[in-house]
Amino acid sequence: MRSDPADYALVAPRNLQDAVALLSREPGAWLPIAGGTDVMVLYGAGKLAARKLVSIRHLRELRNIEEFPEQIIVGAGCTYTDLRRHATITHEFPMLASAASWTGGIANQNRGTLGGNIANASPAADSLPALLAYDAEMLLISVRGERRIAYGNFHLGYKKTAMAGDELIRAISLPRKFSGYFSFARKVGARKAQAIAKVSIAGLGRMTNGAIDDVRIALGSVAPIPLRLKKLEAALIGRNPQFLAPGDLGSLVTAEIQPIADIRSTEEYRATVAANLVAEFLRRLGEGADSA
Amino acid sequence: MSDAEQPKIVGASVARKEGRDKVTGRARYVDDMTLPGMLHGGTVRSSIARGKIKSIRFGPHINWNEYVVVTAKDIPGKNCIALILDDQPCLADGAVNHPEEPAVLLAHADRHKLWKAIDAVSIEYDELPAIETIRESEEQREIIWGTNNTFKTFLMEKGDVEAVWAGAAHVVEGEYFTGAQEQLYIENNGMIAAFDARDGLTVWGSLQCPYYVHKAMMKLFALPEEKVRVVQMETGGAFGGKEEYPSMLAGHAGLLAMKSGQPVKMIYDRMEDMAATTKRHPSRTRHRTAVSAEGKILGGEIDFAIDGGAYATLSSVVLSRGTIHAGGAYHWPSVRIRGKAMATNTPPHGAFRGFGAPQSLFAMERHMDHIARVVGLSPAEIRRRNFLQPGQTTTTQQKVSDEVNLGYLLDRALEISDYDAKRERFAAETFSSTKKRGMGMAAFLHGAGFTGSGERYLDSVAGVEGCADGTVRVLVSSTEFGQGTNTVLCQIAAETLHIPYESVVIAQPDTTAVPNSGPTVASRTVMVVGKLVHSAALGLKQTLVAAGLPGEAYTAEQFRAACGTFVAARGALKSYARYQAPPDVYWDDEKYRGEAYATYAWAVYIAEVTVDLPTYSVEINDFVALQEVGKVLNPILGEGQIVGGVAQAIGYALYEKVVWDHGRMRNNQMTNYIMPTSSDLPPIRVYFEEFGNPHGAYGAKGIGELPMDGPAPAIMNAVEDATGMRCNTIPLLPEDLFAAMKANREERLAEVTGTQGP
Amino acid sequence: MDGAVSIAKCDVTFTVNDELRTVHVFPMARLLDVLRNELGLSGAKEGCGEGECGSCAVLMDGVLVNSCLVPVLQASDASIATIEGLAKDGQLHPVQQAFLACGGAQCGICTPGMILATVELLERIPAPTPDEICEGLSGNLCRCTGYMQIFKAVADAAQRIAPR
Repeated sequence: MRSDPADYALVAPRNLQDAVALLSREPGAWLPIAGGTDVMVLYGAGKLAARKLVSIRHLRELRNIEEFPEQIIVGAGCTYTDLRRHATITHEFPMLASAASWTGGIANQNRGTLGGNIANASPAADSLPALLAYDAEMLLISVRGERRIAYGNFHLGYKKTAMAGDELIRAISLPRKFSGYFSFARKVGARKAQAIAKVSIAGLGRMTNGAIDDVRIALGSVAPIPLRLKKLEAALIGRNPQFLAPGDLGSLVTAEIQPIADIRSTEEYRATVAANLVAEFLRRLGEGADSA
Repeated sequence: MSDAEQPKIVGASVARKEGRDKVTGRARYVDDMTLPGMLHGGTVRSSIARGKIKSIRFGPHINWNEYVVVTAKDIPGKNCIALILDDQPCLADGAVNHPEEPAVLLAHADRHKLWKAIDAVSIEYDELPAIETIRESEEQREIIWGTNNTFKTFLMEKGDVEAVWAGAAHVVEGEYFTGAQEQLYIENNGMIAAFDARDGLTVWGSLQCPYYVHKAMMKLFALPEEKVRVVQMETGGAFGGKEEYPSMLAGHAGLLAMKSGQPVKMIYDRMEDMAATTKRHPSRTRHRTAVSAEGKILGGEIDFAIDGGAYATLSSVVLSRGTIHAGGAYHWPSVRIRGKAMATNTPPHGAFRGFGAPQSLFAMERHMDHIARVVGLSPAEIRRRNFLQPGQTTTTQQKVSDEVNLGYLLDRALEISDYDAKRERFAAETFSSTKKRGMGMAAFLHGAGFTGSGERYLDSVAGVEGCADGTVRVLVSSTEFGQGTNTVLCQIAAETLHIPYESVVIAQPDTTAVPNSGPTVASRTVMVVGKLVHSAALGLKQTLVAAGLPGEAYTAEQFRAACGTFVAARGALKSYARYQAPPDVYWDDEKYRGEAYATYAWAVYIAEVTVDLPTYSVEINDFVALQEVGKVLNPILGEGQIVGGVAQAIGYALYEKVVWDHGRMRNNQMTNYIMPTSSDLPPIRVYFEEFGNPHGAYGAKGIGELPMDGPAPAIMNAVEDATGMRCNTIPLLPEDLFAAMKANREERLAEVTGTQGP
Repeated sequence: MDGAVSIAKCDVTFTVNDELRTVHVFPMARLLDVLRNELGLSGAKEGCGEGECGSCAVLMDGVLVNSCLVPVLQASDASIATIEGLAKDGQLHPVQQAFLACGGAQCGICTPGMILATVELLERIPAPTPDEICEGLSGNLCRCTGYMQIFKAVADAAQRIAPR
């Protein structure tokens, strides 16, 4: 344990209002900590730059899941376990539920939160590709009120988000329009459990009369931010995926991604496996398979 | 043996002796212990691989008066961690030879104040060029150790190697590499030391070999035997990683304790333990084998090289075992085996379960499959034709006196694993599938106990004590770290004395209270030390019988009473037994020839794998581990040893890659150094054959290390069976398989199109 | 330098093994360290300090958590169960009995966390399948056993608690 607790302030505001008031008094000075599964790892390694932390884990306002006919609003403080146990999420947003099941082990799933996963903004974060594919919207809150931002516009660069220094993620809104879609999610890690993703995919697609009329292909760990392959998606509309040449598909995928070499994997491996995962998604979509 | 003579306690899965403490959280590991006035210690380490120390500066913003500071000049005795060559400094003195080399020690009452202080000590160096690999070391562009960077060499010759090439139908060559592997015991290294000017040094720690630490501390502190006391605490895994390193940590904690006058606790965190302590030696093996048209090995040359890191430590012994095992379970009419241990500027490599044999056996078993393909025989048949038979001699010219029948073991393993039927099925499905399946085997041996004259040199002693209340205490320096030492030695004593298992306990290993039964290594504890416990127990029984205990059929109550009477009348009731070398075991240290080990365990392992081509990942679907081990003294513990060892070896083959950055382990966290989780492991099916062993307690052979030798080559053989890819380097990560398949495709494309290859 | 926030120790109250306890600690002290050093409950172990190995696992309000990742302030008013509280009046919990019977503990360092993970699993899923056992324990690393005898212990414990 390489940090000295004597050097760190941790406060636990009584409610969400007090929390955002604190952030607004000193924007950027207080680091929110929810489940701690990211922050405490840095802290234990002596690498946590922030010295003032505000605990938001106990705030009940952040832990609701509200269902409406057109959307479901998931509190940012919901844990991965909360997501896995929620019937609507497992039925209508299975890729989010599976991402939650791939994150760490049970103990970390009990503490880690969706909001924390998003705010930490690691390009390898497990839930992010699914949120992109599902057209999530971020509900951000501050003393100035609440604003919505499309998740696709939330990540600006490596570990850089569109959040202002005095904002918290209050909730994530998911449109309930994917029931008829085929979904395909895969995580490739160094081992089957408790692994950081080397490449991950969340794919959603719908075919009508043998042709794709909507498709979303989101990948993690192949760029500084999670991304959707928008050019490839556009090129696929109206096509039958079974008639795509593998070579063409491969180069279309690699054209939109910027994988890196790091301590976990190599550039070429990531690029190749990303293309393979996209190919498998499209193959199954074309076969009319049930969601995988 | 009649019914009355059949062992009842030995051979049964009696409860783990210290099990209740472990499941209730009462077991005391070193970090669970505190002493009054205890300080916490930390280490300032080298940030470069090699160089001269120009200056050591203690930065501002730290009140250094609050800290105890120790450097090399505080060492009262010799600045070395005494082991074999005594070349490893306890603290760097003017120069460093590897990253993370300890240079300055600090202690403070508040554990949390240490790291800021460690970060505030800056060392300036005159950096020197460093050696990072076996190849660079051989090339001798820099001399970093001795005169030629070579810790040790061995040359073993049998028969006439020059004569075999002419008559050979095939000459088969191969080169095989294994990487470093971190022991990854879940309990990090830790030690508590207390120093008293009158009583001397006492250390309590997580360790395997109390007397190794004892010997090293005597030299470091220039203290006589009776002024050093070493006590083993409950130890959370070791696997060799706590064979020699604890001496370093004991020295550090001891120096801080001596300087401060207060007890000092030093517990490594995971990052420090992984970066600074020992790992399995990386290796390179080259084979050149002459084979007849019928697939019989006529002879060959084996060159085995290991990377020892910056100091000699145990490398000569790892080299020895690796060299002796390099020929595997086969008959070599002629062979020349050269072994060498090279120096590099990395933290010294050390003991890890298998100790050189997993390295050279990986090469041998991959090479056998290669020979099979060249000759046109199956992997099973090539082995069958070359297996050692009783009466034949090994590569060290040891006559195989065991009733070994490797052919029978192979047949049984093939049957249990459904090898032939599965391979047929896999071959049929292979064309259409993105998943390729394959089967692979490994046949091997593992010599138990210290090599050659090693056991004679150790001269181990074990004791057994009868207490006033009739409890019997086993007195050994052999340590428990999960493998079952406590349980099995108590079973042996109980069986020998015909008393209940529950009335036998084992003394905590404390050098003031137990004799030196040798280090807890080399798969020797049950076989060698167990036999000493057996002898000592017999001695105890004889003493009691001479004092009036009825000769044969006494009851437990009578035994208890006899102990009470004896102790009341005559004082302590202790019986000791000293190691006696078997009369038929001779070893020539000069020519490296003779009976290398008193006994060998034999095994055939079979792996079934699925390779997922889109992600290049290898999954093991089934694993059969069949071994002949003399006698299984405790079935649950025995099975646990095999399954645990196979799991570690699966990590060795497919997951555990040390990422080196100029001699420093870059992935020194559990997030990035990948050991298999339960989700990654197949059901591991364990089978034992028991042919007995005259040299071991109740017929047992050592089994602790055996399971480490076979899985890696069996898995890689299966990967080749599945994909056709001949990968000879482990670990094989998906990235490595991907790169190999890509290079292979490009090569073949170049051949076909007549263009330049990669 | 950060703003004028004085960092002081504070009182944090929670229940441990059914006993109400108050500790006077820095709010960012790790729950693991508080249990071990303030309360003398050394059953939870530090194997990695980063939530990977599970040897620090405890139950917090019935839920399995890695105590090396919990700042003690967040344990305020929680009900914590550690390995020390499992056996009642000297009687081992069925999970402890099963681990003893099946060889589920070798070196023992992962055992407290592994046992608590098993207790939590069996409370959620009284008759788990092999896959569910595997998933329930996938956050607890064991270097000694290769897991098989641990899984046998879990299945054995399930039988002891709710015989079928």
